[in-house]
Amino acid sequence: MDSKRIVYMDHAATTYVKPEVLEAMLPYFTEQFGNPSSVYTLGRKSRSAIEEAREKVAKAIGALPEEIYFTGGGSEADNWAIKGAAFANRAKGNHIITSKIEHHAILNTCEFLEKQGFEVTYVSVDENGVIDLEELKNSITDKTILISIMFANNEIGTIQPIEEIGRIAKERGIIFHTDAVQAIGNVEINVKDMNIDMLSLAAHKFYGPKGVGALYVRKGIRIENLIHGGGQERKRRGGTENLPGIVGLGKAIELATADIEGHNARIRALRDRLLNGILEKIPYTKLNGHPEKRLPGNINVSFKFIEGEGLLLLLDQSGIYGSTGSACSSGSLDPSHVLLAIGLPHEIAHGSLRLSLGDKNTEEDVDYVLDVLPKIVQRLRDMSPLYENFIKGGR
Amino acid sequence: MYSDKVMDHFMNPRNVGEIENADGIGEVGNPKCGDIMRIYLDVEDNIIKDVKFKTFGCGAAIASSSMATELIKGKTLEEAWRLTNKAVAEALGGLPAIKMHCSVLAEGAIHKAINDYRIKHGLEPWKDDKNYDDDHHDIGE
Repeated sequence: MDSKRIVYMDHAATTYVKPEVLEAMLPYFTEQFGNPSSVYTLGRKSRSAIEEAREKVAKAIGALPEEIYFTGGGSEADNWAIKGAAFANRAKGNHIITSKIEHHAILNTCEFLEKQGFEVTYVSVDENGVIDLEELKNSITDKTILISIMFANNEIGTIQPIEEIGRIAKERGIIFHTDAVQAIGNVEINVKDMNIDMLSLAAHKFYGPKGVGALYVRKGIRIENLIHGGGQERKRRGGTENLPGIVGLGKAIELATADIEGHNARIRALRDRLLNGILEKIPYTKLNGHPEKRLPGNINVSFKFIEGEGLLLLLDQSGIYGSTGSACSSGSLDPSHVLLAIGLPHEIAHGSLRLSLGDKNTEEDVDYVLDVLPKIVQRLRDMSPLYENFIKGGR
Repeated sequence: MYSDKVMDHFMNPRNVGEIENADGIGEVGNPKCGDIMRIYLDVEDNIIKDVKFKTFGCGAAIASSSMATELIKGKTLEEAWRLTNKAVAEALGGLPAIKMHCSVLAEGAIHKAINDYRIKHGLEPWKDDKNYDDDHHDIGE
């Protein structure tokens, strides 16, 4: 590789591990490696490191430490929450409500449960990606045992009215789970104030390590175990704890939630500079997701007449890393289910680009993208028969 | 995931553009599937003197268009008709399985352009047993 500029704008996919986080983790690979279940000093030290991390996670979301269970990531937390609540409450009912724009860890879990005899309602969203609360209320039945709505969407960044959903669920005595994987560190969360019964999170979205996450389960909420094994996590999740990962998660969430407002202000300023520049410089471009109620670092735009995978490949050649909702990049045949759910026609969904900014991005990065991106879009448009039709039709 | 050849033809596509008053134009695909390929032919004495393309699609679709147009340039219409999607993919050093349909589109666009030329010249169109516009993802491999 030459020494060209690298601009990483795919933080919604994953983040790097912050040096302070790595530093906190390192001793737990080598010297302090004891099994937290062992009774001798080395094991007890590991145990207390885990409990310290648990307190940090609890504090970050306004929960009690004993309500936090460590998992192997966000997908496991989602699987556990949904399957665990479904199977534990089967006697009460078999109906689950979720949305059309959830992460596949939720959607595919619900699809699995449908095969097990559960009924699932997938609530619609409006053109900005906000849940239709009326539809949500109207879909509640006597058999509804669980509502699962994501806190903020990973693709279009739209933040949901979680408090209102929490209130609705509480009034009807239904368990409310939220996948907050994208929200941690970007939105103030208090599970008690927001009436959240279960919440999933993953360390690698907020500068922690991959392969570790947590599920918050409010005291008194009964869910079945997902990983059966030893007595770890108060007999709720078998398997020797991912000690360095859990320590890293604790450190990362502490850093990420120390100054959410300050972090947001900085990232949002950069994001708005980039977004406004894109909309100004590139005609026939549409912003996807809510204009205001969105994650501070998220940009999702559709460029008419072009397809996203080619766009990513050309951006990559210029050292810019982003992502797209085009089918061609995901290996599936349909474009992003989220973009289709907000009502985009297929060809507009295929031309989408997500740029998600993070802590290390600078104004120089933004200006570099604003220099490169318009040229790349034009280059692809010049190759596009749809653009040719449009230009000729407009003459 | 792409071979060096695919990347080369994507980054530096050959024969991009259109031909004014082309002798034959063929278009396949649909925007719903995320790819449309349009091929323009300039034919003289049954030989493809010039060929251009415009493609809306992924890297593999653009590379397939570029390679396919290179392979039929200077060929007779019969030779061009016999170009298969497999030959396009092979010339590109292979395509990922899920992208094979891109080479099928190239084959289809060429067939349509040739038949467009034949119809314009009062000739019977050659028979094509594939429908390149729908479910093209299932054709190929």
